[in-house]
Amino acid sequence: MSKVRVLVGTHKGAFILTSDGKRQKWDISGPHFAGWDVYHMHGSSVNPDRLYASQTSGWFGQIIQRSDDGGQTWGPVGNQFRYEGDPGMHLFYDGSQRPWEFKRIWRLEPSPTEPDTVYAGAEDAALFRSTDGGQTWTELPGLRDVKGHLWQPGAGGMCLHTILLDPANPERIFVAISAAGAFRSEDGGRSWLPINQGLYSGGELPDPSAEVGHCVHNITMHPSRPNVLFMQKHWDVLRSDDSGSSWHEVSGNLPSDFGFPIAVHAHEPETIYVVPIKSDSEHYPPEGKLRVYRSRTGGNDWEPLTKGLPQNDCYVNILRSAMAVDTLDQCGVYFGTTGGQVYASADSGDSWSAIASNLPAVLSVEVQTLP
Amino acid sequence: MIRVQLPYHLQTLARVGREVELPVEAEPTIGSVLEALEAAYPMLRGTVRDQVSGRRRDFIRFFACGQDWSLEAYETPLPEAVVAGREPFRIVGAMAGG
Repeated sequence: MSKVRVLVGTHKGAFILTSDGKRQKWDISGPHFAGWDVYHMHGSSVNPDRLYASQTSGWFGQIIQRSDDGGQTWGPVGNQFRYEGDPGMHLFYDGSQRPWEFKRIWRLEPSPTEPDTVYAGAEDAALFRSTDGGQTWTELPGLRDVKGHLWQPGAGGMCLHTILLDPANPERIFVAISAAGAFRSEDGGRSWLPINQGLYSGGELPDPSAEVGHCVHNITMHPSRPNVLFMQKHWDVLRSDDSGSSWHEVSGNLPSDFGFPIAVHAHEPETIYVVPIKSDSEHYPPEGKLRVYRSRTGGNDWEPLTKGLPQNDCYVNILRSAMAVDTLDQCGVYFGTTGGQVYASADSGDSWSAIASNLPAVLSVEVQTLP
Repeated sequence: MIRVQLPYHLQTLARVGREVELPVEAEPTIGSVLEALEAAYPMLRGTVRDQVSGRRRDFIRFFACGQDWSLEAYETPLPEAVVAGREPFRIVGAMAGG
C-alpha cells in the first residue's frame, strides 16, 4: 500500500508526519534539529529516502542536513555558500546600496533525474548547486547579471525562495526572488532572463514595465505541463501559458488576492489552490475564516474550501513554502500555519482535518508519495 | 589541552557534551583554538565564525577567566589559566529572545 511522508519545517525544528495511503492516522516524529529554524526540507524523487534540510539560526548560521534513510538519521553536509567573484551591491529598503551577504538557505530542490544534484536558494538572493549530494556548493552567478543591483529585500529578506526544475528539460530552470521577480534559464542556470512581463505592482513599483523589483511570493507548475506557470504575487494571482514570457491576472472572485503559497493538483493541471490573506498589513485570513480557494479552471473562478477548517477567530498565516500535494489517485493537499497546525485533505480539498495541531510556527511543507 | 565550552545548540550539532578538550600548540591564541575546534568537529565550521569572511558571528561571544574576549584579535594569546587547563575558553550564544 502507498505511504505518504509529510516534511514539515518549523521555527523550532523539523517534523516528519507519516501515514498510509488512507491518510487517516498519522505518526509524528521530531523535533529534528530542535530549537533551530528549519526553512525547508525536501526529498529526492530519484531516491525518496534521501532528504535534505535547511537548518538555520540567527546565532549559528547555516547548516545543511542530509538523510539517506528517510529522515531516521541525519548528518550535516557542506555549508559553505560562497558567492562567485565580487557580487557587488543591491538595493536596500531605504534605496541605499548594500553589499551582498549570505544569510540562509530558503529552498532546497533536488534534481528530478540526478540523485546527487540538488539546488539551494539563498538569502541574499542567489542560486547554488551541488552535484555531490550537498557536500560542496557552487553559485550560478549568471542570475545576478539580471540587474542584481536593482533587487531589494522583501519584508522577509532578499530571498530566492522558489526553484522549479522542468522535468522534461534539464536545461530549463525557473526561480523566484522577493523582491526581484521571476527568472528563467534555458541553459542549466548559466544565463537568465527576467520573466515579469504582465506583473503589475503599482503600489510598490510605479514603473509598469519594470523588469525586476516585483515581490513574487511563489510560483508553481504541473510537471506534465511545464510551460504553464501559476504565481501568487504579493498582490494578485497570475498565470502564464508561455513559460513565464507573459503573465495575466486570474485573481477573479477571490476575497483577497494577497497570499503566499500556490499549489497545483497532482492530476488536474487546471486545478490550483491558494490561501487568501487579508492584506500585507494584516497577515491573517479575511474575516478570521481559514479558507483554501480552489479553481478548477486555472484561475478566475474560485470556490472556498472550508469543511474542517476553522471558520471563526482564526488569525494564522500560511507561508509561501507551506503548501504541497501528494500524488495518490485521490490527490491529497497539505498546508501548515504559523499557529503550528498542519491541515490535510485526502479528497482534493473538499474536506480537511488537522494532522498536527500544536507544532511551532510552520515555515514549509513538502510531501512525498512513497510506494 | 585547552578546555572549550560550547553553547547548547553547538553541543547537539557536534554530538558532544558541554565541554571538549582540544590539543593546541605551545602558545594558543583565540584563532588557533577556533581552528582546532573546527578541525576536530568539521560540522561546526561556519557556526562560530563566518566561513568566507572569518568574522565572528554577531551573536557569539568568547569568555575566559571572567572576561569578555570577543573583540580581541584572533592572534591574541589566551590567558595562562586557559592554556594550563584550569579555566575553560567559553563560546557563548548571546541571550536574545525568539
